[in-house]
This record gives sequence, C-alpha cells and structure tokens, in this order.
Amino acid sequence: MKTFFRDQRTTTFLTKFFTYLFLIGLSIVVIYPILITASSAFRPGNIAAFTLEWSDSWTLNNFTRLFNETLYLDWYRNTLIIAVATMVFQVAIVTIAGYTYSRYRFKGRKNSLIFFLIIQMVPTMAALTAFYVLAMLLGALDQFWFLTLIYIGGGIPMNIWLMKGYFDTVPRDLDESAKLDGAGHFRIFGQIILPLVRPMIAVQALWAFMGPFGDFLLAKFLLRSPENLTIAVGLQSFIANPQQQKVALFAAGAILAALPICLLFFFLQKNFVSGLMAGGTKG
Amino acid sequence: MNNEQPIKNVRKATLLSIIPGLGQFYNGQIFKGIVFIAVFIAFAIEFIAVGINAIMGLITLGSVPGVDHSLFLMIEGTLQLIVTALFIGFYIINIFDARRVAITWNLGETVNTKMIDILKNMVEKGFPYLFTLPAYLVMTFVIIFPVLVTLFMAFTNYDFYHIPPAHLIDWVGFKNFFSIFFLSSYRDTFLSVFSWTLVWTLCATTLQIVLGVFTAVVANQSFIKGKRLFGVLFLLPWAVPAFITIMSFSNMFNDSIGAINMQVIPLLNHLPFVDIPSLAWKTDPFWTKVALISIQGWLGFPYIYVMVTGVLQAIPGELYEAARMDGASAMARFRKITMPMILFVTAPVFITQYTFNFNNFSIIYLFNEGGPGSVGAGAGSTDILISWIYKLTTGTSPQYAVAAAVTLLISVVVISVSMIAFKKTNAFGNEGMM
Repeated sequence: MKTFFRDQRTTTFLTKFFTYLFLIGLSIVVIYPILITASSAFRPGNIAAFTLEWSDSWTLNNFTRLFNETLYLDWYRNTLIIAVATMVFQVAIVTIAGYTYSRYRFKGRKNSLIFFLIIQMVPTMAALTAFYVLAMLLGALDQFWFLTLIYIGGGIPMNIWLMKGYFDTVPRDLDESAKLDGAGHFRIFGQIILPLVRPMIAVQALWAFMGPFGDFLLAKFLLRSPENLTIAVGLQSFIANPQQQKVALFAAGAILAALPICLLFFFLQKNFVSGLMAGGTKG
Repeated sequence: MNNEQPIKNVRKATLLSIIPGLGQFYNGQIFKGIVFIAVFIAFAIEFIAVGINAIMGLITLGSVPGVDHSLFLMIEGTLQLIVTALFIGFYIINIFDARRVAITWNLGETVNTKMIDILKNMVEKGFPYLFTLPAYLVMTFVIIFPVLVTLFMAFTNYDFYHIPPAHLIDWVGFKNFFSIFFLSSYRDTFLSVFSWTLVWTLCATTLQIVLGVFTAVVANQSFIKGKRLFGVLFLLPWAVPAFITIMSFSNMFNDSIGAINMQVIPLLNHLPFVDIPSLAWKTDPFWTKVALISIQGWLGFPYIYVMVTGVLQAIPGELYEAARMDGASAMARFRKITMPMILFVTAPVFITQYTFNFNNFSIIYLFNEGGPGSVGAGAGSTDILISWIYKLTTGTSPQYAVAAAVTLLISVVVISVSMIAFKKTNAFGNEGMM
C-alpha cells in the first residue's frame, strides 16, 4: 500500500471512499428488509410477492382486515398481559437478588453464582417435554400463568449476573455511611441504592418485556386455542402455509408489534449500552 | 470463662442432633430446638405418608396399565427427590449448627437462647438468603425440576408406543444413548444434524462477530459525518423483534416470489461481470444454509457493534498517539491496541453468542422449518440439534425419550465447552471475592 500510494491524500481519499461505501452499503442491507415489510403493510389488494414496491395507492385496508377478520387483537392483548406480568415479577426478583449478591458476603455465595452461570446454558429445550407433562398434571396447558412463570424463571440466572455487575459499580462507601447514620437494610436498599441503579432496572424491564414478544417455541408448544396465542405464533400462522400466505396481513401485524418495542428500545438505548457494559465486564 | 472445663460437650451436642432439635435443646436454644424438631417431624410424616410411595413410583414407573400413569409417577417422584434433597441439606445444617453453638459456649461467647434474640439474629444474618429465596424458588420450579425430569426421561422408553396412561413407561438404561450412537438410522441423522449444528454455530456466530467488530471499527473513525444516523440505522436489526425479521426474510427468500430472487439478484446483474441466476433459497439445502447464516449475521451484528463501540470509545487516544509516534502502521495499531482491548472486554460475550446460536431455534424453525428435505429420523436438512429435538417431541410419532437423550448430550457439550472457555477468558477473575 505504502509504496503504491505515495501520495498521502490519495490514501486518505481511498480510506474515506471505502468507509462511506461500506457504511452506506450496510445501511441499505439493514433497511431493505424492514422497508419491504413496512411498505407491504400499506399495499392494497392481496399481494403475493414480498418485494419492495412503492404503490401509488396507500391503504389502511390491511389493518382493518387484521382487526376484523383475524384474532390479532386477542393475540396482542395476550402478549401484553404475559409480557407485563413477566416484566414485573422478573425485575422484582432479579433486582433484590442482584443487590444481595453484590452487597452481602454469605456462605454459598460464590457457588451459587457459578451455578447461575452454568444453569443459564441449559437450553430451554431441555425442559420442553417436562413442561408439557407438568402442564398436563396441573391443568395448565393453554394457560397464561404457566407460560409466564417459565418466562420469569428462564431469565433469572443470566439477569442476576448482569444486575449484580451493575450494583457492583455503585460505590460501597454509600452503604457504609448510610449504615453509620443508622439506616437499616431496607432503607439502604430502597432509598439509597435503588435510585442509583434505575438505568439498569429500565434495561431489565425492557428485556423481560421483550422476552415473551420474541419467544416462539414455548408459546407454540404450550398454548393451544387460536384465541389464546401470542403475536409470534399467530403471525407465523399467516405465512406458515405456502398455499395460503397472507403476506400483507403479516406485514401489517408485524409493524404493529415491532413499532412500540422499537420506540422503547431507542428510548432506553443509552441505558442499555451502559448497563450491558457494566454487567458484562464486571461479571 | 474457664477453658479447661468445657461447659458443653461438643461431641454430645453433635451426636444428639442426629435427631434434629435435641442438640439445640442441649445447647439451651429451646426455641430453635422446637423449630428444628418440628421440621424433622413434618418431613417424617410427609415422607411416610406420600414420600415413600412417590419414590417407589419413580423406581417402578407403575405396574398396572391404564391405572398407573407413569409420567405422573415420574413427576411426583422427582418432586419428592427435590424435597428430600432440601431436607438432607437442612439436616446437615442442623448438625453443624449444634456443633458450632456448643463450641461457641465453650469459647465463652454469648449464645442467643431467647426466642426474640434468635429471631433477630436470623433476620440479620439470614437477610441474604431471604432476599434470594424468590429467585431460587422460581428457578427450582422452572429450571431444575424440569431438567431433572428430562434427565430421567432420557433413560426411559417414552415414545409414541408408550403413551400413558394406556401404556406404561419403563426404565431402559442407556438404550437411547446407545441408539443415538450405534443404531444406524439415528446415528446417521445425529451425525448429520450435529455436524451442521457445528458448522452453523461457527459460521453464523463468527460472521456476526466479525461484521460487528468491523462495523464498529470502521464507523468510529473520526472523520465520519452523520455518525449518529449510521449508529441508529445499525441498531435496527437488534431493535425489531427477531421473529418478525426472520419471518420477513422467510418471505423475501421465497424461491419464486421473494424479493431476493425478484429484485436483488436482477439488480446485481446490472453490474458489470455479474450474472447470477435465480437461486433455490428454500428448496436447495446448500442455499438455505447460506441464507440462514447471512440472516443471522444481519440479526446478530448490532449487538456486537454496540458493545465494541463502547469499548472503542473507552480506549484512551494517547495510546494511538504514542503508537503513531513510534511509527506503527494503521494495521499494527489495530492489531496491537484495538483488538486486544476489544477481546479483553468482550470475550465472555462472544462465548455466550456461540452458545446462543448453538441453540438458536427461532431462526431455523421460522425460516424454513428446518427444511428442505429430510436427513432421516424426522430431521430436515437444515435442522440443528435443538430444532430436531422439537420435531422429535412434537412430530406425528413423538420420540420423547430420544429427544431427552439428545437434549442431555447438547447440554453437556454446551456447558463443558463454555465452562472451559470462560475459565480461559478469566470471566470469573474479576469477581471480587471469588
């Protein structure tokens, strides 16, 4: 390179050229599928091809059909119920456990932390049949509470690690001085430390909320009646059958599901990154 | 206090607590003794009333078809095992407690004998345990218990011929593992699925990591205008729920009416020297695999990109300045400063990415349901182990026991590989007290 491009300006120009070429190219690759989905949602008629086309007549027809002819609204409501319940319980459990692992030194602490690390690697699939049998035994097939419980439990080991990592970044001097001032366990936790980890709690909440939106496997496995499905399973039924694809309806449903999560995501993005870094690196 | 003359006989305290509570009585801790003996009696009653039957049920898995439900017996037995394990833990604590308190007496330190003091002490010392209890309860129910049941299932003959309550399930030892490795139909499928799982994991994860790191390094050069815009764009694949993008890609890669064959390839063919025919993305195993790996690269790179961007911004600029002074080329600066810094921070995350893709069910199933075609025993040509298990479990002729056995194999592989990797990258190293 050096002997060939003696001219420093040429090198700089080429660097810039290829940098922008790469960035713009990647941007196109990233946006293209999303644009296809977004635009298909507003295209009239029962489209077959899933391609990027700018139709001259935009329509909300797909959305009306989605609401009137399918169970989409039910699915949406189910997913929201499950997601909110998962979020509330998981965040509560993970926050207090993460705090404990960060602040207290007790027997079995190290071993249980390693245990969390190992247990999070066991694939969900390892419990699939057992979940099914258990659900039969408890009469919990097709029930939201059972699915929610699994979502809550599945996220706990990993998130305790991340949460603990974040608590570790809050200086211990704060606890010490509060203790000197006579504050008890609960006051130190609730009034001093908790407000400081709010960003990480927001991140955990978002993750816990997004979990049930993203899961396909368990929902497909444990929910049975058409009106009890979640969005992921419901939308898949639109395109699963190659002979009867409802591509436009799928696109409309996808947009409605993705939009709020996208907005939340970008809204909380800053917290997300700092939380990830703290949780990931301080291990 | 007189150290020559022990007030309490430590041996005696320990031996007495063979019946939980007695040792505590001997130590003068009446309240604690009552609680301990109550736990003991409660467990004894439970064990005699239900426990013995439950354990027996787990051993025999039932004897009368139509009456005994082998699965329920297995589940009740497993629950009883967990309860028993908890009691054994309590029992050991009880003995150590009696011993420790007796020693404390002899050292002349204060021992709480009043109920109120003991309760106070419990709240004070037991605080961490109390706070982590909910996490453990849920994990026991949702992770440990089901995994145990699956573990047991792997050693039974639970399949579509043996569906309770009409038929009984029996223990068959290592037969399922034997079939996977030696029975030709399973062995061939297992080998073919396993090798594709490895190829998939390595290629897809490496692609997303390389793409993520490369993008982060390129996008962080100081001269770039519109950094924020690019930043937001590159986050999109992470922000949109994966199942939506995978299904969209599944539509786009449709052989006849998908955007890739109808739009992208014709567009690329306008370029000089490029002439690509329409490709059989969903009907040719090779192209399906190519599509899957590319899509995972698309889905996975933003996460790496965000992490690496964070790392890059934390590297002090003086480091590069100094290197430049010493005449290090751009490549050398990258190799000697940037890369080690990135790896140092993100290596554990990279490992979790590999394990994640090893078990990445959604993309395989939602893109083409593991198809096209079949490699035997219910598996399609792009099925990875996890989606094969799903098919074994949910198919028309379910093979629950074999599925459980494969699951066990997967878990062992994933856990041991990641433990080794974590040890190597020293992920435990910076944990304060460890």
